Amino acid sequence: MAPLIRLEGLTKRFGETVAADDVTLDILEGELFGLLGASGSGKTTLLRLLGGFETPTAGRVLIDGVDVTALPPYERPTNMVFQSYALFPHMTVAANIAFGLKQARMPKPEADARVEEVMELVKLTELGKRKPSELSGGQRQRVALARALVLRPKVLLLDEPLSALDKKLREHTQFELMRLQRELGITFVIVTHDQDEAMAMCSRIAVMDMGKVIETGTPRAIYERPQCRFVADFIGGANIIDAEPVGPSRVRLPALGVECAVTDSLPAKGWVALRPERISLSHDAPAGGPWPAGQVEAVAFHGDFQLYRVRMDGGVELRVAASNVPGDPKPGERAFLSWPADAPVALSR
Amino acid sequence: MRVSRGAKIAGGTVLGLGYAFLFAPILSVIVYSFNESRLVTVWSGFSTKWYGELAHDDRVLNALRLSLGIAAFAASGAVIIGTMAAYALARFGKFRGKALFSGLVAAPLVLPEVTTGLSMLLLFVLMERLIGWPQGRGAITIAIAHVTFAVAYATVIIRSRIASLDPALEEAAADLGARPFAAFVAVVLPLIAPALAAAWLLSFSLSLDDFVITAFVTGPGATTLPLLIFSSVKLGVNPEINALGTLIVGVASMVALTATLLQRKSG
Amino acid sequence: MSAATARRRGVLALPWIWLGLFVAAPFVIVLAISLSSAGYGSPPIDFFIGWQNGHPTFNINLDSFELLASDQLYIRGFLNSIAIAGLTTLLCLLVGYPMAYVMARAPARLQPLLVMLVILPFWTSSLIRVYAWIGILKENGLLNGLLLHLGLISQPLVILNTPIAVQIGMVYAYLPFLVLPLYATLQKLDWTLLEAAADLGAKPWSAFFRVTLPLSWPGTLAGALLVFVPASGEYLIPELLGSSTLPMISTVLWTEFFGNRDWPMASLIAVMLLLVLAIPLLFLRGGQATAGRV
Repeated sequence: MAPLIRLEGLTKRFGETVAADDVTLDILEGELFGLLGASGSGKTTLLRLLGGFETPTAGRVLIDGVDVTALPPYERPTNMVFQSYALFPHMTVAANIAFGLKQARMPKPEADARVEEVMELVKLTELGKRKPSELSGGQRQRVALARALVLRPKVLLLDEPLSALDKKLREHTQFELMRLQRELGITFVIVTHDQDEAMAMCSRIAVMDMGKVIETGTPRAIYERPQCRFVADFIGGANIIDAEPVGPSRVRLPALGVECAVTDSLPAKGWVALRPERISLSHDAPAGGPWPAGQVEAVAFHGDFQLYRVRMDGGVELRVAASNVPGDPKPGERAFLSWPADAPVALSR
Repeated sequence: MRVSRGAKIAGGTVLGLGYAFLFAPILSVIVYSFNESRLVTVWSGFSTKWYGELAHDDRVLNALRLSLGIAAFAASGAVIIGTMAAYALARFGKFRGKALFSGLVAAPLVLPEVTTGLSMLLLFVLMERLIGWPQGRGAITIAIAHVTFAVAYATVIIRSRIASLDPALEEAAADLGARPFAAFVAVVLPLIAPALAAAWLLSFSLSLDDFVITAFVTGPGATTLPLLIFSSVKLGVNPEINALGTLIVGVASMVALTATLLQRKSG
Repeated sequence: MSAATARRRGVLALPWIWLGLFVAAPFVIVLAISLSSAGYGSPPIDFFIGWQNGHPTFNINLDSFELLASDQLYIRGFLNSIAIAGLTTLLCLLVGYPMAYVMARAPARLQPLLVMLVILPFWTSSLIRVYAWIGILKENGLLNGLLLHLGLISQPLVILNTPIAVQIGMVYAYLPFLVLPLYATLQKLDWTLLEAAADLGAKPWSAFFRVTLPLSWPGTLAGALLVFVPASGEYLIPELLGSSTLPMISTVLWTEFFGNRDWPMASLIAVMLLLVLAIPLLFLRGGQATAGRV
């Protein structure tokens, strides 16, 4: 299936800074695609290049096979939900939503019907006559959504849609967005710095750093089989440990003084990613050893789990997320670390 | 933070004296506009006769008409040009010659009035020599000069308002299908309207009040109100001027009130 | 994106043309005239560039420059202007800073009213207000009347048409120009800093000098410049309230132009005014802007 969106060699320079560095990316129709990265990683720039708010220094943007690189925002089949929502303060909610329809010179009865329809979709009925200043943050976001959706774009762009909302509303909105996307079948491209959000919502994620796309894949693939240390660390904060191959699917971890199995093979010296929640702690040496040991330095209570920082005998510090550890290790005590055979992921870069 | 009573009294006194200083001359004008006697120091009774004489003084009425006309023209011209300049400065980022442009816009704010007045007169003289227009100096040259210095003030006010607008608003308008001019009219204009009004009123006020620049670029027959008042004052204290002054204070107060309220509304 | 560039050019066109014609060109012309000779025609100028037999002829006249440098009148005029403007700025600071400070510390609901009261005189005719001072300061004016009545003096004071009258008028006219920007700066000040200072043992005056004053410096500077530069070029107030014994440079310019019909000389004074005052100001403003202020 040909991708709906294709970014080809997209580069954007602002003076000396390279905000997007030769990015090539395909997004398929119907995806809920996430651009994930820290601030300054280039994700917002990419979104804006897609929407037509920036012109690339090099490269092309193709939507549905058409080269839209030279087209301004009002000629592209995309619509954007801005981070600040950008609601027109001097217009009512209904007027805001109808704005695009008015620009397209849609006859009033038809436009009114469409506005009604979309307001029902995002559950905004009854608020039509209010002004943005009279709405809550969540309501304003729904207006911004409605305003974009009423135009039935091929692609909906969302810039950090959940960052301004409080925790409870965030969860609710997450599901709402996923539901909307499913029902309407529109391709969504979301920019976010929150990995939990990206993994929960998106069908595919592109992890970005310094203007480049580091890795693309489904949330599960990226989480369970990261291709590089950056992604392993960025997503879920895995422990990155130096490793040497000692055989097929087996490595030696010099800093810990043990050998263990790995998923896939490590062709040369590299690393192993070990997620904190897959490591077990115990006072006594577990079976199937030898297992490394160290001194518990700190314990942080996180509600559904405890986060342990353990200084291993080899000097390296590992993080362990566990709950109800028998013996309840405290700072100062020694403990053994162990993990299942499929936990370590081999990384060659 | 707790403020001591002593500090409050001191503060009140400072402000009281300051305002007294600022308003004393204005009050004296108002009070003496109702003085029957010509002499300032002698109060001979309440009278509105000077207002009556003012109403029949053709020279004053003509000068007033001229000044009001020029002020309206200058204010309108300044807001139009000022909006363009302000929008460019606030939204265009870097453009060729921006520093020079910025400097030219701000120049009248920085230059002494005698310099601005003299240089514009020389320009008009040269233009007349070279292309035959403007023919002689008068209302037209005054109007042009007033627009020029008012643009400086208008641009400052409007620019500050545009800069405080979320740029995403215009991007959203474009995203929703509005071409740039349509986006400007539908989104920017309504939101900067109070600043435009405040700029118009300020320019109007400055034009009405200008003496020095007008004196340089004026010509036979074009006597504005300030020019008239000046020559009157040079001849001696004239009670009609007190009446005129009081009226100006009254109107100006209302204008100032309106403008301040508008600026506050526009943030 | 050439449609966008065309649009930009469209928006900039009118301002550029207007400013180029009515701000930039006049400046160049003034410069040119200052190099020309005074003539007898109308206008009374012999331009420094002429056209004869198909090629330009130059007749640069530096008499004005010589005169400016040598004749005491001009030098004194400049120095007077700078001195009076300087004193005005100082007095405005002494009177205006306390006013701005009290306004900034006043209860929030009072502040807009206080600001409006400062702005109000500014909107009424400046001519009328200067004229009012004539009525107050003249020999048989209000001030003398009041003082005589109270028995504080036995002879009327001669204030009008002296430098003192000019000074009073200047401070009066320029006070709002200092108070308003200063108020704007002080109002944005984080007053909890003073609480922190008090917590650390600073007495009120000490806190003022070590915290408030330094932090309000940019606003103070802005206000001072906003007074000093226009004040040095002020014409009306010295003309109506002062005397010809202490001319300010604008009055000199005026006399040269209207009285002596020496346009080149007047132009030269205008150019010097610009150089001496405006250019340092622009540099300072530029410096302030890069420092992140204003």
